[in-house]
Amino acid sequence: MDIFLQFDLPSILLGSLAALACGLLGNFLVLRKQALMGDAISHVVLPGIVIGFLFTHETSSWAMMLGAGGAAIFAVLLIELIRRIGNVDPGAAMGVVFTTMFAAGVVILEQTGTAGVHLDVEHALYGNLESAIWLDAYSLSDLWNWQVLMTMPESIKQLFVVNMLVIMFIVLFFKELKISSFDPLLSASLGFSPKWLGLSLIVMVAIAAVAAFTAVGSILVIAMFICPAATARMLTDNLKVQLFISGIASLSAGLFGYLLAAFGPGLLGYEFSVSAAGMIAVVAGLQQVLAMLFAPQYGVVMRRRRQRAHASV
Amino acid sequence: MEQFFAALTLSAGYNTALVCIGAALLGAASGAIGVFVLLRKRTLISDAVSHATLPGVALAFIIAQVYFDSGRSLPVLLFGAALSAGIGVLAVDWIKTHTRLTEDAAIGTVLSTFFAVGMVLLTIIQSMSIAGQAGLEGFLLGATSGMLKSEALTISVAAALVGLAVVLRMKEFSLLCFDESFAAACGYNVRWLDRTLLLLLLGIVVIGLKTVGLVLIIALAIIPPVAARFWTDRVPVLVAIAAGIGASGSYIGAALSASAPNMPTGGLIVLVLFSFFVVSLLISPVRGILAAALKHYRFQRIVHLRQGLLAIAHDEPVLEPLTRSILRRGGFMGGDGQPTVKGQSEARLIERDQKLWNLYREMHPEESHALADWSLKPIGEVLPADTVRVLEQELSPHVVRGGETSRGGAV
Repeated sequence: MDIFLQFDLPSILLGSLAALACGLLGNFLVLRKQALMGDAISHVVLPGIVIGFLFTHETSSWAMMLGAGGAAIFAVLLIELIRRIGNVDPGAAMGVVFTTMFAAGVVILEQTGTAGVHLDVEHALYGNLESAIWLDAYSLSDLWNWQVLMTMPESIKQLFVVNMLVIMFIVLFFKELKISSFDPLLSASLGFSPKWLGLSLIVMVAIAAVAAFTAVGSILVIAMFICPAATARMLTDNLKVQLFISGIASLSAGLFGYLLAAFGPGLLGYEFSVSAAGMIAVVAGLQQVLAMLFAPQYGVVMRRRRQRAHASV
Repeated sequence: MEQFFAALTLSAGYNTALVCIGAALLGAASGAIGVFVLLRKRTLISDAVSHATLPGVALAFIIAQVYFDSGRSLPVLLFGAALSAGIGVLAVDWIKTHTRLTEDAAIGTVLSTFFAVGMVLLTIIQSMSIAGQAGLEGFLLGATSGMLKSEALTISVAAALVGLAVVLRMKEFSLLCFDESFAAACGYNVRWLDRTLLLLLLGIVVIGLKTVGLVLIIALAIIPPVAARFWTDRVPVLVAIAAGIGASGSYIGAALSASAPNMPTGGLIVLVLFSFFVVSLLISPVRGILAAALKHYRFQRIVHLRQGLLAIAHDEPVLEPLTRSILRRGGFMGGDGQPTVKGQSEARLIERDQKLWNLYREMHPEESHALADWSLKPIGEVLPADTVRVLEQELSPHVVRGGETSRGGAV
């Protein structure tokens, strides 16, 4: 039991919480056809994180978070500037900005010698879910013991706070987010600017991306943003239900992804262990495939079957 | 620095020279293909393509290692990469056409899930404890330092071939980008053309994996065409400029990374390309920021001068500071704020010009609306002489004028 509490539980918590924060925000990205903004943001935060790290020299610090938020806002403004001045297609403007900022992050990382010490490029790409350990836990009752709970890894506590922030953001601005996602013109005419709401959504996305970054790495963050939301979108038309389903999908991806990675190869009789972060994203993707195929109303298989039934009548 | 110049002039060893040339060819080919991807507004599909190569690379490595004991063979790895990237493209297409999800969600899903599968496979390879797996890390961010001669040669030849294919199919691709239905009506198979374009893009991504790495390879197909777009509107020129920017940027980046330790090749190439983009954005004479600022400044000067002179003609005081300074600099106004003789005569000319313009607008409201230069330039410079003569007779029917039309002001 204590091995589970000390090694498995922190990783599961880290993976699930990371997936939840991103998955909830992902709903709005998918609805606004901004899914690739999640992609771009998860790349551009790298230089911000590196600079934040250079100031404080510790991982999962709030300085990194600040740097990442700044980098995200800078990137959004730069994309907008290039799009306006250069009259460039938005996708291309995004591509120019995020590849350049990611490249800058990589070069700074390699040049300042921080690479290999605490933060390296592989770490940034893959994340390090397995590094979360909670050595003070010995029995189940520790889960109710405040003092022991406070010895949880810093990254989990941080993700917990970020999840609270995300949920608060969605609850407080639910109506505004909903209207501006479906009908930006109506939103503008009702007096809340879709531009500012869009920008604050991006900032929230950046915060969630950084918090999840240490756990699952920059590229799998994209899976967290898009897959649960896309899964939920296949299953329902109601935004509240969609948010709920995407939350469940994120949590289950975190849980089953980790379990599969930790115990799957052993069950099959192999020696090796596989990347838990990668497995979480794979599970999130599989859930989406299942939803795309078998969703009751919009699933491909179900629609085919209905068509066939219709044709035979 | 010496090292950098040595690499730049191809005198830092045979391998470095080969790597730099390979990078340049790669940059040229990807810049050329990128033009059409940009014009078709499908830039970000290349992101899905590049990330989808990872599982193929890893799987090819495992299979080659287990069955043939030769996991590091570059052509085998690249073949695997191409295969899984192809499946990725098909998956994006399938999601887009068969479900309610939009293209951006499809791209995001494919790129992240394929990458995740690749990552899981990589960790399996790590625990297989076989020699020679270190090379796989280089596929993520590009590493040219340990590149073999044969690998550099493969990359150069393949890049040259793709570049050649783009140049040969340029006409069809331009047709596809600008008028798809016309292309179809001309008898081209549009679907097949589209596939060819994506296939060539896929080829570039796969070839560039080793040099630039899969995370940043798409920059090679995006930044050069976007930068080239500032310089021209013609497709063949665009392709040539994009290829040139891609080639020189990749060449300089590769040389830089060869000149010092801990210099990631992919990152440096992208940063050099971005600096080309920034320069284009600033100084391009067609759409650059400087050109736009200059145009704005000239426009402002013309409007202020004209309004100032009109005010003088109507004996109104000129109070606006910018107008006053422009008038003074032109010698139309003295230091005391009173118009000079030159200013007076110029004001009369402008007043008459303005009257003609007003008359033109009354007589031909539609045409004058469409005219960008309405009341900015002297009327004689914009409209044909006979139209101006009609206007002048309309304005003052008693004065019979000779062949000379309105001189306008020397604005």
